[in-house]
Amino acid sequence: MTAPVLEMRSIVKTFPGVKALSDVTLTVAPGEVHAICGENGAGKSTLMKVLSGVHPHGSYEGEILFEGTPCAFRDIRASEAQGIVIIHQELALVPYLSIAENIFLGNEHATRGFISWNETLRHAAALLKRVGLDEHPQTRVADIGVGKQQLVEIAKALAKEVKLLILDEPTAALNDSDSAQLLRLIGELKDQGITSIIISHKLNEIAEVADSVTIIRDGRTIETLDVKAASTTEDRIIRGMVGRDLDNRFPDRTPYEGEAGARPALEVVDWTVHHPIDQQRKVVDNVSFEVRRGEIVGIAGLMGAGRTELAMSVFGRSYGRNISGSVFKDGERIQTRTVPEAVQHGIAYVTEDRKQFGLNLIDTIGRNITLGALSKVARRGVVDEHEETRVAESYRKSMNIKAPTVFEQVGRLSGGNQQKVVLSKWIFAGPEVLILDEPTRGIDVGAKYEIYTVIDQLAAQGKAVVFISSELPELLGMCDRIYTMAAGRLTGEISRADATQEVLMRHMTKITR
Amino acid sequence: MAPVTTATSRGDTPKDTPPTPRPAGRGTAELLLDAARRNMRQYGMLVALALIVILFQIWTDGVLLKPNNVTNLVLQNSYILVLAIGMMIVIIAGHIDLSVGSLAAFVSAACAVMMVEHDMPWVLALAIGLVIGAIAGAWQGFWIAYLGIPSFIVTLAGMLLFRGGTQIFLGSRSLGPFPEGFQKIATGYLPEVGPNTNYHNITLLLGLALLAFALVQEVRDRRRQKAYDLEVLPRNLFLAKCVALAAAVLAFTMTLASYRGVPVVLLLLAALLLGFGYVMRNAVVGRHVYALGGNQAAAKLSGVKDKRVTFLVFVNMGVLAALAGVVYAARLNAGVPQAGINFELEAIAAAFIGGASMSGGVGTVFGAIIGGLVLGVLNNGMSLVGIGTDYQQVIKGLVLLAAVGFDVWNKRRVGA
Repeated sequence: MTAPVLEMRSIVKTFPGVKALSDVTLTVAPGEVHAICGENGAGKSTLMKVLSGVHPHGSYEGEILFEGTPCAFRDIRASEAQGIVIIHQELALVPYLSIAENIFLGNEHATRGFISWNETLRHAAALLKRVGLDEHPQTRVADIGVGKQQLVEIAKALAKEVKLLILDEPTAALNDSDSAQLLRLIGELKDQGITSIIISHKLNEIAEVADSVTIIRDGRTIETLDVKAASTTEDRIIRGMVGRDLDNRFPDRTPYEGEAGARPALEVVDWTVHHPIDQQRKVVDNVSFEVRRGEIVGIAGLMGAGRTELAMSVFGRSYGRNISGSVFKDGERIQTRTVPEAVQHGIAYVTEDRKQFGLNLIDTIGRNITLGALSKVARRGVVDEHEETRVAESYRKSMNIKAPTVFEQVGRLSGGNQQKVVLSKWIFAGPEVLILDEPTRGIDVGAKYEIYTVIDQLAAQGKAVVFISSELPELLGMCDRIYTMAAGRLTGEISRADATQEVLMRHMTKITR
Repeated sequence: MAPVTTATSRGDTPKDTPPTPRPAGRGTAELLLDAARRNMRQYGMLVALALIVILFQIWTDGVLLKPNNVTNLVLQNSYILVLAIGMMIVIIAGHIDLSVGSLAAFVSAACAVMMVEHDMPWVLALAIGLVIGAIAGAWQGFWIAYLGIPSFIVTLAGMLLFRGGTQIFLGSRSLGPFPEGFQKIATGYLPEVGPNTNYHNITLLLGLALLAFALVQEVRDRRRQKAYDLEVLPRNLFLAKCVALAAAVLAFTMTLASYRGVPVVLLLLAALLLGFGYVMRNAVVGRHVYALGGNQAAAKLSGVKDKRVTFLVFVNMGVLAALAGVVYAARLNAGVPQAGINFELEAIAAAFIGGASMSGGVGTVFGAIIGGLVLGVLNNGMSLVGIGTDYQQVIKGLVLLAAVGFDVWNKRRVGA
């Protein structure tokens, strides 16, 4: 066996009150793609921050050896000087600078403090070619999609002569074709001798691109597996992550059998939405759909299919311009021009972006839960704090939100628990129709199961549920009926019985223009 | 509707820690630390205020806390405190208002013109003055809330606008004097009644009433929290807290009562503090202000009427700025063109020292008062010991920086 390129030995990292890493050991062989798996809060990101010097030497215990020599990074610059580059989940690009400027930010081609533009552009073009990005280096980063921005980040890493590339959830925000391109690129970089560490929730990606996988749970290394070995299956990895068998990833649910003659709880007809800035562009084009009480209806689509835009425009016209079409509730036409109006008609929208649109991160769990329906815990405009606390406490228990009290700041919770807070908020509002937009994005397997159970129970209580998701297995496991969208249009309506990943994907890529 | 229950598929629920048993489970020290941590900035400032008071009390050989100086302190800072309350709410909502000093000047000039040049009854002039404030606030609120122009720009424009208006009204004159009733707003005291006790009787009664109210409130709160199975201070500590509270209220009452009693403006301030404190803490609209400042997009998607709330916040600020202008004019007994200069900066500084955050969403009305008092005691104390205004400014600047710096450092330390 060749000497490992990176060894992290018995890393312990403590934050005030929390032991984020209690004993992690990671060994990465040169030239391999090494995946790291674990539940949210398992310590993956902390480990990478220790490695890249975000948490400087001395703030943790344990040893790091890179290419055989012990490392003591004081900051990111120190680790980058050694060729260790980390690409964070939230991209760190400056939107109004060009691709070339971004690639060499902090690393400029300059003589005596003045930038040499010719050299910059030439080098940038070469790097873009290497990552397979067909854009002019002078294009503003704001003008290219997230997938391409990710490639710019990698080009930026290459410009720093990267030896070990760390990618934190690189495909979380990418659609399938962009993801595929990115994974292919990681493979190509491997052929060029660049070692990669990739943190991912997506087990199929790991199977596709990684050579070995290290599983971390509760701040400890559980095991390192050879991905190519026959014994390494998705179930095996999941078992390692959650420490228990996951024989059934979805709650058993009795499929919905419609009541004869019942009107749909929500019916949207001929819905068209234009882009808020580029007003010629139809983001949602003549879409009609319906959902009945007790039914879970999925909406599948790739990035940019217009699913979120559809949902948000129906929910109080929170997105888009020149919206046309009609909304019916129980057969009666209703107006949903503002969010309060939509809420009054019993519609709730649980956003896909909980940090930006769902939560007040600096406020407490309790206050977030009641915000959607404060009047329920208030009398004559005055909030009854005790009642509020009681309500919040009941949700903390019933939704299994892991926090000592409801006075905890939401920003301190893990993604899964934050999602439970957002869900609690909207369940407390008492809606009849719930539109859930990517309710399990970025949360771990155990929390996902809990969210599925909640959704299932909501439907059993007679709520109409619209379930938007990018994860096809999830839609297949949960929905009674699935609509597919592509490029703003509805391209299919598939019953539970007929739905398979292949069928859905075929409809999701059926772009008819 | 009943919350749904999350049943885990199998019997074992991993990592599902049962809720910690409340009252007995935790140590006193831990409880105190926890409470302190949650309100670090405010407690920190309360302690800082106490230290500053003690420092100057020693340095001025006891002059600082002499009854007449305490009364003076209240009178001197009243208008800044009025502004600080409004400013705190504006900052919590995620905005800023640079126009309050100019607006206060404008309203004081308007009142002066109405009373001195047109012989208007002072009550009417006061009412019109407050309405002018509301209209000015509505004007700025309209641009900010409904047209989405940054508050910094709108109120910077307002700062020039109202200052210009003041100078158009007054030229270089100073208009006065005012009717006695008007002056009383800033310089009056509650009347002397009852037998001669060497103390101001009404003040004593008010102090006792306040004490009773505060204690009843504390006991009721504790009882209700217990009824809801929430964490409460252990019995001994609670008693200690009540004793400390009583001592503070009584000491302050006796101090005021041994001079001329409760100034009218203190009553006004107390009403504002209680009223706005209650609204921001307990009213739905107050909660919406916090939500808006914390995450505007999320608040909007939760059905908060973001534009209306923002608008109202500025209308409110306008009225409070007008009130500050009235108090200032009444204290000066004249409307002067250079009134209210730098008031906005004092008010903003008070809000930030008192725990506001630049990005909005945090802070309390009580904090604004503490921040204002820190500045006020510094001003007063430094003047008493003869530090020139030049050095006073330097020191106040450093205090502001230190207060906010401490907060930033503290947040980073706990890793928030």
